[in-house]
Amino acid sequence: MSMDRRQFLKITGISSILGLGASVASATHPIWMPGVDPDLVSPNAQALTAKRWGMAVDMTKFRSEADIKRVVEACHSIHNVPDFGNNPDGTKNIKDEIKWIWKAKFKQAFPEQATELNEHLEEAPFLVFCNHCDNPACVRVCPTKATFKRDDGAVMMDMHRCIGCRFCMAACPYGARSFNWRDPRPFIKKEKQNRKYPTRTKGVVEKCTFCTERLAVGQMPACVEKAPPGGLVFGDLDDPKSAIRRLVSTRYTIRRKPELGTGPNIYYVIGGR
Amino acid sequence: MLEKALVGSKRYWMWMGLLAALSVVGFAFYLKQFTYGLGLTGLSRDVSWGLYIGQFTFLVGVAASAVMLVIPYYLHDFKKFGKIVILGEFLAISAVLMCMLFIMADMGQPMRFMNIMLHPTPGSVMFWDFLVLAGYLGLNLLVGWVTLGADKKGIAPPKWIKPFIYLSIPWAISIHTVTAFLYAGLPGRHFWLTAIMAARFLASAFAGGPALLLILALIVRKLTKFDPGKEPIQALAKIVTYAMFANVFFLALEFFTAFYSGIPGHTHAFHYLYHGLEGHTEMVGMMWTSSILAVVALTMLFVPQVRRNEFTLVIACVALFISLWIDKGFGLIIGGFVPNMMEQVRPYWPTFLETMVTVGIWAIGLLVLTALYKIAVSVREETAGVEIDH
Repeated sequence: MSMDRRQFLKITGISSILGLGASVASATHPIWMPGVDPDLVSPNAQALTAKRWGMAVDMTKFRSEADIKRVVEACHSIHNVPDFGNNPDGTKNIKDEIKWIWKAKFKQAFPEQATELNEHLEEAPFLVFCNHCDNPACVRVCPTKATFKRDDGAVMMDMHRCIGCRFCMAACPYGARSFNWRDPRPFIKKEKQNRKYPTRTKGVVEKCTFCTERLAVGQMPACVEKAPPGGLVFGDLDDPKSAIRRLVSTRYTIRRKPELGTGPNIYYVIGGR
Repeated sequence: MLEKALVGSKRYWMWMGLLAALSVVGFAFYLKQFTYGLGLTGLSRDVSWGLYIGQFTFLVGVAASAVMLVIPYYLHDFKKFGKIVILGEFLAISAVLMCMLFIMADMGQPMRFMNIMLHPTPGSVMFWDFLVLAGYLGLNLLVGWVTLGADKKGIAPPKWIKPFIYLSIPWAISIHTVTAFLYAGLPGRHFWLTAIMAARFLASAFAGGPALLLILALIVRKLTKFDPGKEPIQALAKIVTYAMFANVFFLALEFFTAFYSGIPGHTHAFHYLYHGLEGHTEMVGMMWTSSILAVVALTMLFVPQVRRNEFTLVIACVALFISLWIDKGFGLIIGGFVPNMMEQVRPYWPTFLETMVTVGIWAIGLLVLTALYKIAVSVREETAGVEIDH
């Protein structure tokens, strides 16, 4: 096809009016999908990568409440998770509450595994968070693909696309998702705010993201870093040589509600040593 | 034809004024919610859907119920429904409109609602629900307007409208089936994870919708010269009776499966709704009111003498409507969320603001419904005595 100068100017003119000029930069990038061409961006060489990220939780390594609290606080402060504090009557404000990782009793985390006669285990604390499922119900139901699964297994949230319908919260069998019932920013302590991580707006859903922003620069998830040695083991479940895979292959572990077919990737080690 | 909604008696304008005022009040409360966020409702991370989504679900049923007039009239040539089929179609329009408003009221980021179209996700039931609802609104607007327009001119409606009428039948079934699938496909929500959910939805819709229509038709007859006739009312009453029986039967099936199997997850929600769980009895009064009204309504409808008397029939229909409104517009949603995924009881109750927004949306729906009925009735009054074969 030949194109004279006049035609060329017309087409480039219209393209730039439509804001499609940027995509001219790459020949392979389709013109109808404006935005950054992934081929033009090279990944960080230090980034931690995997086929299927997973985590093993061994609560026997947590010696005290302080060990658990440190992990929860590390996650929540690094991700600018707001703290709504207490109600005027002193009880915890669970109406606005947002949490990415928290402490639950065994009987709450594993309700179908009730061992009524072992009161100690029933009440024992367990850290619970998003299971980054192989077959996530939240991703299936989202009407805008605002929540999606990455190739490395992390289940992610696009807070700029989320319309706040909360279908994902109804679908998640683990209660891992929180909603911003009000503007969260006044409830993030200024001195604690992490300027490297975005805050959220009201009306969107959020949850644990396996710290993909840290993995991208070669750091382990914040919770793993702050946990006692061996308490939280993070790695590639599809790599037979990884520490997590060896742990999960050799020890007795349970997962939360595996019978639902969601394929949770968080393994809980039972009977520590 | 729209001009017919703009002329009316003093009583008509007083009623419209009242509804407009309620709409404005509701909207003012909504603006407050829009500014602050959904935190002004009673919702929490444990009960993340409530009154708004309950009303949406209930009204999808009301909208779908128009098919209970369309099927006898257009498929079985039941001529007696000729006069009231338009009332069903117009009720569907206003019900779908309310559905959409309730969805908008429930959204955390309503300004982004077009993302559903910008990023179409065929795997999401909500994407389909959006499509079928919008389509159903379009179908009913088209069919209602064209058939009424033809009536006004005293001629039969054009032939090309027939395929749209036939299409509206499976479409009506689809809107409520898809709405049921919003709930029935979620792993871990035992109360909703039931194969009979769509069937239950349709049964309750075909009881509640026609019951409302019956009440509306009698109100219209009382206030205007438009007479739907005795027989169509009785035919509607029979539809309501059969559908309500199916609905109560389906609910009983749910009870059987939950309690005979004894699986804890399946029984918890029923315990919470009808008996109270861990000292929380917020829902018990409402749910028993619903059950008692259902039994009363069904008993009244079963007795021919009571059903044939229009006064007692209306009482039965009002009882039935309230019963279903509680069961489906409220209990069904809350039962799915309490106890939560960690088997903790975190109750929910709508706030005053939430209630006022709900009242506002109902007022908008009634406003539109009144205007549409005004048009239909005016046309019918003009052409009284003229029988047109559709």
